[in-house]
Amino acid sequence: MHKYYHRVQNIAGNVLTIRAEGVRYGELAEVHSRRGTSLAQVIRLKGDEVSLQVFSGSRGVATDAQIRFLGHPMQVPFTDALLGRVFTGGAEPRDNGPALTDNLIAIGGPSVNPARRIIPRRMVRTGIPMIDLFNTLVESQKLPIFARAGEPYNPLLARIALQSEVDVIVLGGMGLKHDDYLFFRDTLDASGALARTVMFVHTAADPVVECLLVPDVSLAVAEQFALAGKRVLVLLTDMTNFADAMKEIAITMEQIPSNRGYPGDLYSQLASRYEKAVDFEGAGSLTILAVTTMPGDDVTHPVPDNTGYITEGQFYLRDGRIEPFGSLSRLKQLVNGKTRDDHRTIMNAMIQLYAAYRETQEKQSMGFRMNEWDGKLLKYGVRFEREMMDLSVNIPLESALDLGWAIFADCFDPIETGIHSKLIDAYWPKVAPAAN
Amino acid sequence: MADHATGKIVGVNGNMITVAFEGSVSQNEVGYARHGDMRLIAEVVRIRDRNADLQVFDSTRDLMVGSPVEFTGELLSSELGPGLLTQIYDGLQNPLPRLAEQCGFFLERGVYLTAIPRDTRWAFTPRVKAGDKLKAGETIGTVPEGMFEHRIMLPFDVDGSVQVEWVSPAASLTVMDPVARVTDPTGAKREITMLQRWPVKIPIQAFAERLRPADPLVTKIRIVDTFFPVARGGTYCIPGPFGAGKTVLQQITSRYADVDIVIIAACGERAGEVVETLREFPELIDPKTGRSLMDRTVIICNTSSMPVAAREASVYTAATIAAYYRQMGLHVLLLADSTSRWAQALREMSGRLEEIPGEEAFPAYLESVIAAFYERGGLVRLHDGSFGSITIGGTVSPAGGNFDEPVTQSTLKVVGAFHGLSRARSDARRYPAIDPLDSWSKYAPVVPAELVETARELLRKGSDVGQMMKVVGEEGTSIDDFTTYLKSEYIDSVYLQQDAYHEVDCATPAERQREVFTLIAGILQQSMTFTDKTAARRFFHQLTQTTRDWNRTAADTPEFKELQKKIEQMVAEVASHA
Ligand SMILES: Nc1ncnc2c1ncn2[C@@H]1O[C@H](COP(=O)(O)OP(=O)(O)OP(=O)(O)O)[C@@H](O)[C@H]1O
Ligand SMILES: [Mg+2]
Repeated sequence: MHKYYHRVQNIAGNVLTIRAEGVRYGELAEVHSRRGTSLAQVIRLKGDEVSLQVFSGSRGVATDAQIRFLGHPMQVPFTDALLGRVFTGGAEPRDNGPALTDNLIAIGGPSVNPARRIIPRRMVRTGIPMIDLFNTLVESQKLPIFARAGEPYNPLLARIALQSEVDVIVLGGMGLKHDDYLFFRDTLDASGALARTVMFVHTAADPVVECLLVPDVSLAVAEQFALAGKRVLVLLTDMTNFADAMKEIAITMEQIPSNRGYPGDLYSQLASRYEKAVDFEGAGSLTILAVTTMPGDDVTHPVPDNTGYITEGQFYLRDGRIEPFGSLSRLKQLVNGKTRDDHRTIMNAMIQLYAAYRETQEKQSMGFRMNEWDGKLLKYGVRFEREMMDLSVNIPLESALDLGWAIFADCFDPIETGIHSKLIDAYWPKVAPAAN
Repeated sequence: MADHATGKIVGVNGNMITVAFEGSVSQNEVGYARHGDMRLIAEVVRIRDRNADLQVFDSTRDLMVGSPVEFTGELLSSELGPGLLTQIYDGLQNPLPRLAEQCGFFLERGVYLTAIPRDTRWAFTPRVKAGDKLKAGETIGTVPEGMFEHRIMLPFDVDGSVQVEWVSPAASLTVMDPVARVTDPTGAKREITMLQRWPVKIPIQAFAERLRPADPLVTKIRIVDTFFPVARGGTYCIPGPFGAGKTVLQQITSRYADVDIVIIAACGERAGEVVETLREFPELIDPKTGRSLMDRTVIICNTSSMPVAAREASVYTAATIAAYYRQMGLHVLLLADSTSRWAQALREMSGRLEEIPGEEAFPAYLESVIAAFYERGGLVRLHDGSFGSITIGGTVSPAGGNFDEPVTQSTLKVVGAFHGLSRARSDARRYPAIDPLDSWSKYAPVVPAELVETARELLRKGSDVGQMMKVVGEEGTSIDDFTTYLKSEYIDSVYLQQDAYHEVDCATPAERQREVFTLIAGILQQSMTFTDKTAARRFFHQLTQTTRDWNRTAADTPEFKELQKKIEQMVAEVASHA
């Protein structure tokens, strides 16, 4: 029934153009060439000219390639048998397991009706004070980790995945180093989490178009698990590679770039993926943590910039620590009012004083004389960095709050913390350790 | 229907289709692309020879060359009538809760529902009688809609003056029932219902004259009302980098602003933010009216993962509904978040049309489109002498947080107030993060303007001293300069900053702003003597603490007066007497 076409007119980048009729916008085709068979997707129709984006790239595709249209868009299997398995961006097995063909679902499906969304309400506990206390992660949140290349963002992702109580982990790797892929697999395996994990992995050695598919494939599967009542955590690393893949395709398609070569729809493209994060009333939820590396450590670079405008906050990872400044969980106030009544106050007061510490530190480095107040701040800042910021600290939220009061009492008079009098009465440690 | 054009798709590129048509097609006309049983709504954006380019307000997946397109002869329009308030619409005015009833969790393509319920009955009271002459926009009768007297008006598209031939007596009617019959000077008759349609891209002009905005629109946000006020019928913008607090600022404004009606246009931003509003508003009671906030609100919600083309429609739909209520002599506030997303939608379409790009690939007409949008705000005198207004506040999301980009710059040229959010302030958690030195407003504040000037002067000086101290250190700074610096930090902490999540501090009425600001301005002008800088710092620590406690105390309590006295005493103790 499906007819073969063989007159390839044009090959540019990963896009080839043929003449064909009755083709649907967005449908898939198989491209058979001497190099093998690849999937491709229809990305433009113009009269009888059909432009196809070839998943495995056009390298080696000849003008005599045979093309067969499949009549449906990109699909992935959805079954419990996905768990514990590793696939490519094109949803082909990457481990030695069998191909899955059951229960195929379309990727890039419609968005959730805002009227059916609910206000997120459950905290995701990670045991990391910089998250739990200062920037609480919330179920159904979408949050990127902004980092320079070389920061330990993948270990951080893995740690959060292991410590948070979720039912299913979906890992989408884009341009991942092979070693990093093995790191994830081995870490999850060692803790027994692999059995509740599905991985869609594109490595730096794989065709660039497959990189483009990773978020959609991962999120489509995650969404189905969430609809089936599971609490799903989706880890995407690295979204900058995804954006760069889009840039590459856009340039091939001769689109006018808007900003540093990126296509004008970068925001919409990223948003349609991140907005998949959701809490389904009466079913499960989908939370997204995504690494976005910052080229040149520049947050105003189009990829982190557009991401920041989409996500519900961001974590900055710098020098192996989550930066208190700039890092923000925008959903934290939905849950941190229900934890302990001093949570918000401690959070604000500690950050404001840490900011003051940084200023003092700057003055000190310029050789200015330190006054009594500066002395207090310097003492505080050191304790804060060592006991709160260090990523090796692994304590529950309540202990972190108690620790906050203890640090305050050790460094300041109550009045200097700017904390509301009523809370001081309730929480300020009664017998402060002798200062100095 | 026979006289409407038809066509066939000859090209598909993203959400743009090219259609070869027969018959006559007009710019911005609505057409439907057929795919099997499904009809996808689209709008003509360009016509070249016998080909029209249409932007499709839905995913174009599965469309084929040769698929039929039916044109409608109508421009993209909104439904207007009683029943708009409390609704949650998408950019094309589809009611989202009813869509959810029909389709479940997800937005299904090609499902379009009527915006205004057809079966609700409204208690109609006529205001005219047979023989009366009427112009477009004049009242035929009224129905109660929540707390408002909703005017049923002669449709805005009526030309000149018409004569009432028949009007319905007081009755319980649906929006489809006739309420009047009128005859125009040529003798043509027209039946009027409570429902009318109006093309969203054309402003409604059925008023006597436009006036200059004069009265303040009290937002109860201190830094706004006192320093950078907004006027009823004015326009303002909130540019800021991501996370600086644009949306939160609009959310608190939508709650506390002293207006009759709020239209929220969530344009290309996060769905979750709208959810907070639509879940919370029905529960929140507006102290002024004793009714739920939802009763005065309409939400137009075309969030970032919804069809991009409908973003543009969403701001125009919002402006059209705003104008409809303004025609009833009401004060309407339209909040659009974010106008940059709408500008980006224009850019995407412009790119597909292969137009010559301007700066950052935005189309050359960006500036005039933005200007025309803000022009839809304004204060007007209606034909019956009453006043109505639309105030427009739009957020701007500049790339890289740099205001020197086309959308921010085009917006600054046309608005009456600029609330620029700064990354430095939001990082320091100084909310709302409106920059007190860069922002401006052309409107009048709720407190005496001279006092504001004094305070701004002090803020400028304080900031200069702060800069200088970074270089010369505290020891190189004179005690007087140091005190100025502490004063500027003081007014920043206790007046410019405001806790959006505290039940009292979240909203400061105009009266309280006058009282508090007068006292604080007095403190700023007071010369003070301190033994040394540590004493000065300690004093201001304490004063800040007490004033913050004061901010968190309800105005009608004895505690409020006590704290005020305490502040005055504290200041008196350090006052230097020349
Ligand atoms: N007035 C405020 N009081 C307390 N916190 C605030 C305030 N304004 C903003 N925030 C904090 O900053 C976060 C981001 O604010 P908001 O969502 O308004 O930013 P935005 O400027 O709209 O960002 P974007 O451009 O990404 O949409 C909030 O989630 C909240 O944590
Ligand atoms: Mg926002």
